[in-house]
Amino acid sequence: MSMLAVDVEKRLGNFSIAAQFDTGAGVTALFGPSGAGKTTVVNMIAGLLKPDRGRIILDNDTLFDSARRINLPAHRRRIGYVFQEGRLFPHLSVAANLDYGRRMCGLTADPAELRRILALLDIGHLLGRRPGKLSGGERQRVAVGRALLMRPRLLLLDEPLASLDTARKREILPYLERLRDEAHVPMVYVSHHAGELRRIASSVVRLDGGRVAAVGGKELLADADADAI
Amino acid sequence: MFDLTPDEWIAIGLSLKIAVVATLVALPFGVAMAWLLARKDFWGKSLLDGFVHLPLVLPPVVTGYLLLISFGRRGAIGGFLADHFGIVFSFRWTGAALACGIMGFPLLVRPIRLAIEAIDRRLEDAAATLGADRLRIFLTVTLPLALPGLIAGIVLCFAKALGEFGATITFVSNIPGETQTISAAIYTFTQIPGGDAAAGRLVLVAIAIALLALVVSEWLARRAGRRFHGE
Repeated sequence: MSMLAVDVEKRLGNFSIAAQFDTGAGVTALFGPSGAGKTTVVNMIAGLLKPDRGRIILDNDTLFDSARRINLPAHRRRIGYVFQEGRLFPHLSVAANLDYGRRMCGLTADPAELRRILALLDIGHLLGRRPGKLSGGERQRVAVGRALLMRPRLLLLDEPLASLDTARKREILPYLERLRDEAHVPMVYVSHHAGELRRIASSVVRLDGGRVAAVGGKELLADADADAI
Repeated sequence: MFDLTPDEWIAIGLSLKIAVVATLVALPFGVAMAWLLARKDFWGKSLLDGFVHLPLVLPPVVTGYLLLISFGRRGAIGGFLADHFGIVFSFRWTGAALACGIMGFPLLVRPIRLAIEAIDRRLEDAAATLGADRLRIFLTVTLPLALPGLIAGIVLCFAKALGEFGATITFVSNIPGETQTISAAIYTFTQIPGGDAAAGRLVLVAIAIALLALVVSEWLARRAGRRFHGE
């Protein structure tokens, strides 16, 4: 069973990416050093960057296929994306940020689902605030909630902890583990940090120099320099 | 001193009407032009940019004269609009609004363009992943984030329209009750013996309107700024 099948090629200046991998349920780690092309691959899955060639298929739904000239725009892919810097809308309250995806996707409001996610991420007390008044950890939790509330088919997380210090990372990781165990959304989790991935990943795709170097389980993280969080 | 005559009230009301209509009609075109110049690359872009700024650097009389020969009753555009839509500009208040709108246009476009250029486009990408198409990204992210620039552009355009003299008087003349704005009325009063008191009254009114517009815009801009950085 394969949920997400990626087979893409992309040339950016003198760097090129040719990556082919499948992911299943749970958390797939996209692991590799900086400059391996992890973010580029994830942006192609989200529809923010067009591959030169290849195919991206999610749950038997073709998102991109260069041979068949299919390229579903980002806003119709229903893929949640948690960015490294959160990217909350500064002009909207936390409540309006959380509600944004639901409104844009034309989904009916689901108060029970909202309560569940507010509790899961412990962000209920932040609803009236502006993003500018949030701490780094709070901002990332709201960003995760905003992506979840559009009821995505897949959740992409691109180095969601990279902008935080070690204490904040320790604060957020339990929420991400709960998310993995309770939200039932498959995730692709990008990081260059083996210790972080060892706690959260169920399978690993190792990327190096724009190529897939290895696919497997957490044992791929063992030989990497392993400073735990 | 402060008993304004009915004629002076008419000039004040006409000025406000012309400035408001000029600004409101120019606004959607200004936003579209600002977005185009901020976001798109196309052949002839610097030429278009220069054309938009032309009214700022041309003598106003030249702009007025160009309007007269193109939008006048016998002008190519003016004749067409009059014959097919019944819209007449020459020697009407609508012509004054057209002249004021064109003179204010570069002042409207510039701050909006700068505001759009300053927006973090990654926020627009985030909106796309959340299901917003391009139009809704523009309406819910780009435009609200450009609000301070929008306010600045509106105030500058309004102020320019309120004080515009050269292009207006060249295009639609100085007809009391139809095209005689505050500026034109002040000019007329300074040309007739004993008109000093009336001119003085209108000068004070012009200063009061300009100050009020500045205060209101400052207040709006501060409110918009607070929305981004606080609660």
